[in-house]
Amino acid sequence: MEAIETIAPPKPPIAPKKPGTKETTHCYHCGEKCDHSIAIEDKYFCCEGCKFVFELLQENGLCNYYDLSNTPGIKVKGKFSSDKFAYLDNPDIQKKLLRFTDGKQSQVNFYLPQMHCASCIWLLENLHAIQPGVLHSKTNFQRKEIFIAFDTSVTSLRKVVELLAFVGYEPYISFDDNEKKRTKKVNRQKIYRIGVAGFSFSNIMMLIFPEYFSSGNISETYLVRIFSYLNLLLALPVFFYSASEFFVSAYKGLRQKWLNIDAPIALAILVTFSRSVYEILSGTGAGYLDSMTGVVLFMLIGRWFQDKTYDSFSFDRDYKSYFPLGVTLVKDGVETPVTISELKKGDRVIVRHNEMVPADGILLEGEASIDYSFVSGENNLSIKRKGELIYAGATQSGGSILIEVVNPVTQSYITQLWNNNDVFNGAKHVEKSFVHPWSRYFTWTLFTVAGVGAIYWAVVDTSKILPAVTAALIVACPCSLLLSATFTFGNMLRHFGRNKLYLKNASVIESIARIDTVVFDKTGTLTHTQQARIEFFGTNPGKQQERAIYSLAKQSAHPLSRLLANHLLETGTEPMAISDFKELAGKGVEGRIGDNLIRLGSSSFVRGTEKVAEQGTSEVWVSINDQVLGAYSIHNRYRPGVNKMASWFESQGYDLHVLSGDNDAEKENLQQIFGKNASLVFNQSPQNKLEYIKTLQSGKRKVMMLGDGLNDAGALKQSDVGIAVTENSGQFTPASDAILDSSEINKMDGFVRYARSGKGIVTIGFVVSILYNFVGLSFAVSANLSPLVAAILMPVSTITIVAIAGVASSIVARKTLGN
Amino acid sequence: MSVLVILIALSIIVAGIFLFAFILSVKRGQFDDDYTPSVRMLFDDPPAIKEETV
Repeated sequence: MEAIETIAPPKPPIAPKKPGTKETTHCYHCGEKCDHSIAIEDKYFCCEGCKFVFELLQENGLCNYYDLSNTPGIKVKGKFSSDKFAYLDNPDIQKKLLRFTDGKQSQVNFYLPQMHCASCIWLLENLHAIQPGVLHSKTNFQRKEIFIAFDTSVTSLRKVVELLAFVGYEPYISFDDNEKKRTKKVNRQKIYRIGVAGFSFSNIMMLIFPEYFSSGNISETYLVRIFSYLNLLLALPVFFYSASEFFVSAYKGLRQKWLNIDAPIALAILVTFSRSVYEILSGTGAGYLDSMTGVVLFMLIGRWFQDKTYDSFSFDRDYKSYFPLGVTLVKDGVETPVTISELKKGDRVIVRHNEMVPADGILLEGEASIDYSFVSGENNLSIKRKGELIYAGATQSGGSILIEVVNPVTQSYITQLWNNNDVFNGAKHVEKSFVHPWSRYFTWTLFTVAGVGAIYWAVVDTSKILPAVTAALIVACPCSLLLSATFTFGNMLRHFGRNKLYLKNASVIESIARIDTVVFDKTGTLTHTQQARIEFFGTNPGKQQERAIYSLAKQSAHPLSRLLANHLLETGTEPMAISDFKELAGKGVEGRIGDNLIRLGSSSFVRGTEKVAEQGTSEVWVSINDQVLGAYSIHNRYRPGVNKMASWFESQGYDLHVLSGDNDAEKENLQQIFGKNASLVFNQSPQNKLEYIKTLQSGKRKVMMLGDGLNDAGALKQSDVGIAVTENSGQFTPASDAILDSSEINKMDGFVRYARSGKGIVTIGFVVSILYNFVGLSFAVSANLSPLVAAILMPVSTITIVAIAGVASSIVARKTLGN
Repeated sequence: MSVLVILIALSIIVAGIFLFAFILSVKRGQFDDDYTPSVRMLFDDPPAIKEETV
């Protein structure tokens, strides 16, 4: 079940049952804490959405969903509007999305980021039970993909997507999925290569056995000849097909005047093969084809092991992944769904509840309560009036609004970051691995040893020069260095993944080991987005009043009400009936409970006087029957363990920086956490953050940046190691080198320590392999290397190296990461 | 001993068939997903059919 544990998004933990205290109820569908107001028999739900989904599944006999895992459901965030997926009826868009259609049956592939457990697989593969017309659905859990075939005469693409969204698995729809398909093909090539090498290696081993065990005295010499010719035949596909990637990469390196690790390996393979061909054709020996095919096989396995990546994550997103595909355009009172790229300046667009504003625009109609959390990580609603500018990337909550586009999508406030900076074009410069220069030293040493041997034999016996030199090259191939590196880094990637730091590839490990400067974003990275520290100022409300406040707060969708309701629920409150409920955008909520009129909201709404809350906090004022009780003050809460993590970095002499888009209200707190030497910079725009990293880098610093929202995208991309921090692995993250589950940010010190140990582990494996090489070389330069010795040395040294890499990296992981 | 030649030829052909089968199964995507099938085989109850549709 390991895969499930590592990929599952964090679930609210089920509260342990303490004797004597009141048990907290959790939603039967999604597992969120809830009260008893929405119930079916003995099952309780947090919201109508969850209840609806449950009823739908129950009606269709799909309740097995809830038996396979505990509270598997995904909270449906408000009802999506009926037109949200209208653009899927557009035939052009359908053509791009459908994998196949013949007018009767259509097939489509979707990426479902929310897929997280066995129940999900079960429900998604039984979609046909809910929606008539769905013929077949099949999931790939690790890629988080679903393949659906449906009957176009019964249902439509839009209906299928709507059903998926309704049960909580809204597909991520994008047009540029071609990239993904291409990488899939490359991976298969690798597996074919391994298969061919394995086939040849095992058959050659079988055929070479008589040679080894007969000590050269086989009576039927024609058999020996046949066997060696067969061996040669079997080795051909390995040399020309399986090993081709070493030759290609070596050639590419040499053309750029760069001797990479593949160059000496290609040379060793070439020498081994040529000498074996010569020996076999001339009938002077059996060659070293078993060693050659074996080494190629193990090196390919090592590369494959290291390259196994996290298919369900995407590390290369740009702003296009965040924006909706389709928008609703209004022209002369007619609504038409169009794709976002068609939007022009002056177009009028409707944005509904929970939809994203696609381009910078001016509010024309409706009440806009805008949430920029997607862009900045801040969890506050702001109210916009008619004529005000709303930036792209904001999410609307409440009713629909009408906006007039002032900048096309590509030139909006947030996308400018991508368009005005070179970082986003072209690949990031990655420093080359230490393995390459090492292999070069190794190669020169080897040449020296072979040269000394050659000079010696030139004096003693010229006929032995060539055998001695070729034998040296065969036995001391730097492949042990490659094996040591690939297996160590491959295993380390898995250990990082088990601790919820998902690296883009193995070279990131070395980059992390090299950093000397760490930059943190504040909001969303160091602080919680879903939790807050809440205090009450004023006359403390009694139990009954708290119940009433809870009941009222629960009715509102405002993020602050949510936080407040969640806070009050911990005390085990139950909701009460409310009448005359009113939600006033930008002000607050009011409602009547029993005989009491209760108001919750801003100071001006509740008290009638304006009061600016202290920076970094928000206030929710409470009044009952116009009598002001006081206010709940809501603070950011730092993630646990941040303190300890920061002090480790400080003690190790790392340069610490904190960049924040907010003002400096938290300055003292942060200085305390990060030490007096840390630089704290506030009021940073996305562009400022990027420039800040650039300035650090121009001072020859190696920078690691941790950030979350889109506003950190430039900085993450610019830094040597960009780590995107996310609350939920199903969520989208900006382009980065690694994705970190936010609950594990306190382990960042362990991650860096672990990465730094990588080079040491590779070195140990390499040193051991050099010891083997000494033995082999001493045979080789004395012109005594029999194929048997080569055939024994090769697998023994390979197994030792792989074992050292695996065991050492696991032991260090236990020490630095705790498992 | 000449029977060995035939046997060896046979064994390589058999091994070749397995290699071919392996490549074919990779090509058909049998190794693309090494996790979901292990979960899927544990689902034994097909969803109960809605009664009113009968």
